Amino acid sequence: MPDPSSTGPAVASAAAVLRREPVLVVEDLHVTFQIHGGRAVRAVDGVSFEVRAGETVGIVGESGSGKSVTSLAILGLLPARGVTVSGSIKLDGRELLGLSEHDMQDIRGRCAAMVFQDPMSSLNPVLTVGRQIVETIRRHQKVDRNAARRKAAELLDRVGIPEPVRRLKSYPHQLSGGMRQRVMIAIALATEPTVLIADEPTTALDVTIQAQVLDLLRSLVSESDTALIMITHDLGVVAGMCNHVNVMYGGRIVETGQRYALFGSPRHHYTRGLLASVPRLDGSQERLHPIPGSPSDTIPWTKGCAFSPRCPAVIDACLGSPPELVTSEINTRVRCVNPAPPDDTMWVR
Amino acid sequence: MRLSRRPVVVMTEGDVDDMAEIAPRNSLGREGWRRIRRNPLAVVGGGVILFFIIVAVFAPLIAPYNPLDKSWFDQIRPTSIPGPSGSHWFGLDAAGRDELSRIIFGARASLIIGVVSLLIGAFLGASLGLLAGAFGGWVDSLIMRITDIMLSVPGLLLALSIAAVIGQSQTSIIVAVAVPNIPLFARLLRGSMLGERQKDYVASAESVGVRRRSLVMRHVFPNSLAPMLVQASLALSTAIIDAAALSFLGLGSADPGVAEWGRMLTDTTRYLRVAPHLAIFPGVAIMITALGFNLFGEAVREALDPKLRR
Repeated sequence: MPDPSSTGPAVASAAAVLRREPVLVVEDLHVTFQIHGGRAVRAVDGVSFEVRAGETVGIVGESGSGKSVTSLAILGLLPARGVTVSGSIKLDGRELLGLSEHDMQDIRGRCAAMVFQDPMSSLNPVLTVGRQIVETIRRHQKVDRNAARRKAAELLDRVGIPEPVRRLKSYPHQLSGGMRQRVMIAIALATEPTVLIADEPTTALDVTIQAQVLDLLRSLVSESDTALIMITHDLGVVAGMCNHVNVMYGGRIVETGQRYALFGSPRHHYTRGLLASVPRLDGSQERLHPIPGSPSDTIPWTKGCAFSPRCPAVIDACLGSPPELVTSEINTRVRCVNPAPPDDTMWVR
Repeated sequence: MRLSRRPVVVMTEGDVDDMAEIAPRNSLGREGWRRIRRNPLAVVGGGVILFFIIVAVFAPLIAPYNPLDKSWFDQIRPTSIPGPSGSHWFGLDAAGRDELSRIIFGARASLIIGVVSLLIGAFLGASLGLLAGAFGGWVDSLIMRITDIMLSVPGLLLALSIAAVIGQSQTSIIVAVAVPNIPLFARLLRGSMLGERQKDYVASAESVGVRRRSLVMRHVFPNSLAPMLVQASLALSTAIIDAAALSFLGLGSADPGVAEWGRMLTDTTRYLRVAPHLAIFPGVAIMITALGFNLFGEAVREALDPKLRR
């Protein structure tokens, strides 16, 4: 886990980045899974956020909080049957929801690309790495095979793979996990997408390689002004990389804000719980504090706050109407009727 | 875990020196082939198959006599048919022909029927399976219901009725053996494509905009072929047995001179007491060949099954 206090190049120009127009605007996104004959599950329930070029936005939450479904919805990769997606996803001003599959295929890779969680299974085992990169390049750019191969080698070089020309001939199983994730990043960046979604890109890697891959993502994003969405449950990753953080619980964003503000003074009890369950380097805390219970989709937001069964500060009002996102005095937004008082815990200096 | 004799290259992150030596190209097929060679049963099975193929291909060169030559008919008596001897290793058949030569030419018939019918069955089956797996929806439902109907009729019975309809000939045996294979291959390919579609690399290819056609043809389809390969080598043994069974039941070529193992068994039923060798040799030939394909098929399955990987 990278040191939360480190500031990458992407963060340096944060103020400038904030003045830009957002390239991706997700507004009131709902995703409902209807299992045949079963109850509908609201995986994503009114999520809104935006990302600017050169900005890194984190979506944090535990398994089942809807963060991966959100990213799949952006790319239109959710299965057609049994899934209802509503709301609005605008990429460069163009509405993606309702686009035909054919148009969506052009968007994928060219405008928005994704790096998946498990590099061990994200590459086709029977094709060489080179063919897979070339395929992506030639899909979106009118170049001949040789030019595409040269480009592929450049990409491999850019993501820090030694001997890129020889590596093109390698099969995925000849590469280590970190190398494969670099290849995945190379493929995702092959056509210089506007938005890159990284869905837990380092979860399957060991710690030293995690740091390398994160550094790589950070520098690539700042070099090419790509908008990066980091989907993760790793608060260290978020603290080290993201300009803006969205905390998700039960399909909704429960707290959102600039990272210093949000980590400096978390107001939602879920965010605080997440932070309390992370070991601290300064040794001020002897035990980890897990959040009791587990997330449950049987408690819909319609009956009040979905976090209330696990919340340490639950009051009667929590079970009344679903809480709205309220702007706090430090410009974060919190979905809680009884937020924790602002404090100066200073998680990030 | 066994160590390969090749130097194992351990790839570490960022360390350029370790990259200098790159292992030779090591595809799934190569890896599978290596595993097959190490499996003694596979070697036995492969040896039998190889022997069978050589005998079939070079039958005219290997056979000591013409399989149709009845020159030794004068030695045949209703009560005694000469068994194995120095000049006729497998003895003579009831029409005074050399049994060994007929078995050797019978291998040819079996190989042609087995391979051609398998190719037809696998090709048609795979085409249907590919359609079902690629399009899904109603195409899938329609194709799967058709295969359900075909599978509900026992294979040999289906083959028999087909052969009966088309008439007696080697072609009819080929068609009859091929047809029951179609639903098997269709379902197998469709099932493995459905499984493969769920894998991350397919989603990952989809996420960079790979078109549906290349998604299916370049990514899903080639990765779904392993079970087909296994089924093909196992189906060859069934095809050879089925072909023998059909010709045993008299559905083979109308020409009584043609040497087919199944037909040779039929022809011999009347002389079982007098000349048991006439039943034993073709029977053993069928059995060994089928066994060879079975052993090899099992080995292919083991080599390609990721669960059995070491």
